[in-house]
Amino acid sequence: MAAMNFGFGINRPRVIDLDRNNLRKSDEILREMPELQTCIGCGACTALCTAGNLTSFNFRRVHTLVRRGEYEGAYEEMNKCMLCGKCRLACPRGINTRGVVMLIKRKLGDF
Amino acid sequence: MARRVIIVGGGVAGIQTALTLSQRGIPTLLLERESELGGKLTGWHKLFPSFTPAHEVLDELRQRLNGSGVEVRTQCEVCHVERSGVTLASGERLAADAVVVTTGFTLFDARVKEEYGYGIYDNVYTTADIERMLNEGRVAMRDGSAPRRIAFLHCVGSRDEKVCQHHCSKVCCITGVKQAMELKEMFPEADVFNFYMDIRMFGPGYEEMYRDAQQRLNIHFVRGRISEASPTLDGRVQIKAEDTLTGRPLKMSVDMLILIIGMRSNASNAVFAADAGLQCQPSGFLAPRDLFLHNTESNVGGIFYAGAVTAPKNIGESLSEAVVAADRVTEYLKRA
Ligand code: SF4
Ligand code: SF4
Ligand code: SF4
Repeated sequence: MAAMNFGFGINRPRVIDLDRNNLRKSDEILREMPELQTCIGCGACTALCTAGNLTSFNFRRVHTLVRRGEYEGAYEEMNKCMLCGKCRLACPRGINTRGVVMLIKRKLGDF
Repeated sequence: MARRVIIVGGGVAGIQTALTLSQRGIPTLLLERESELGGKLTGWHKLFPSFTPAHEVLDELRQRLNGSGVEVRTQCEVCHVERSGVTLASGERLAADAVVVTTGFTLFDARVKEEYGYGIYDNVYTTADIERMLNEGRVAMRDGSAPRRIAFLHCVGSRDEKVCQHHCSKVCCITGVKQAMELKEMFPEADVFNFYMDIRMFGPGYEEMYRDAQQRLNIHFVRGRISEASPTLDGRVQIKAEDTLTGRPLKMSVDMLILIIGMRSNASNAVFAADAGLQCQPSGFLAPRDLFLHNTESNVGGIFYAGAVTAPKNIGESLSEAVVAADRVTEYLKRA
């Protein structure tokens, strides 16, 4: 008897696996811009993000994923940023958010 | 020889310090800048987490003060502090054998965060305004109508590098939750939202109160900092935030936006520090000798602290600290 097809496929695991993720790039990024480590995830940057209001781009989420060693697609996502700098006006931690975009793009251009 | 202690600031910490010292037979002079004692508590309606009317605490303190030997002088602004006494704005100099600084804190001026429109748009308030309105018995929108949608914003003027206030003001989370509950009970039809970055419920009964706000009163907690507010055509306020837990930008119009303002250090701290060689913390609050065994002593012998002059504190903590400060002053006078 043929195996019953329940309609499930094999997906890539969604878990952020910190046993496997290579944090080398993330460490490099944080070494160059230690202030990014002070992010409290308040989302003020994303709330007023010009790009984020029009596309699915979420600056806070992307840089947080990068810090967890989840690099895939980060470069492409950061390309959606228009470098308008509004996020920087709001960040309560005074992070140079636009600099973060540039740095991630520079470090992850080859991912 | 009778030794006199001067206490600078007649809020709860100052009153309690004075009471304790006078119970021990030490002549005490309590100086207050305003025309009545009580400090910030005079403008407050009810206290978290028990909803105790603020005046109950003040009335009892004032009553005890009346029966004590404490000498009280109001409308006396102290300009300079030294270990040997203080100088008033009038130029008068008062000598003392020890000085306790209980000058508390300054409320953050919400106009500095222009993006929230306080003082610019209608229907943007601060938590201090709400206490005043509750005291007056009437909370309403600018046009007098009852709000149907209310948003509170946590951490206004705290944890914010943009306004040079890096510290957490500690008591404002619970104040925001308390006021959200009070307004929800006053306007049961209204939807109440609290926008927060972290909810810090440090005291006994606080977490339970937060839970009660969620479960019984259905107050909505949204994790995200409001980035801007703007007026709508019909006189309401539109706010934007990221709903960080869903990862999507969020906007809504509210009838009232209430800014939960923080505690900042007094400008006078730096003056006192320069006068007497006292140390300030990076936050501008005065620095006690340490945070454990010498938390009510300054780095200068003969000058002591109690209450929120060294860090944001709640009423109970300020009252307890006042008793410790009185104890340390007594020891100091014995030694001196
Ligand atoms: S600089 Fe980029 S991330 Fe920041 S608000 Fe503008 S578009 Fe968004
Ligand atoms: S505004 Fe600053 S602190 Fe807040 S999430 Fe963005 S980068 Fe982090
Ligand atoms: S107590 Fe809460 S509202 Fe106040 S500064 Fe701290 S986190 Fe913000």
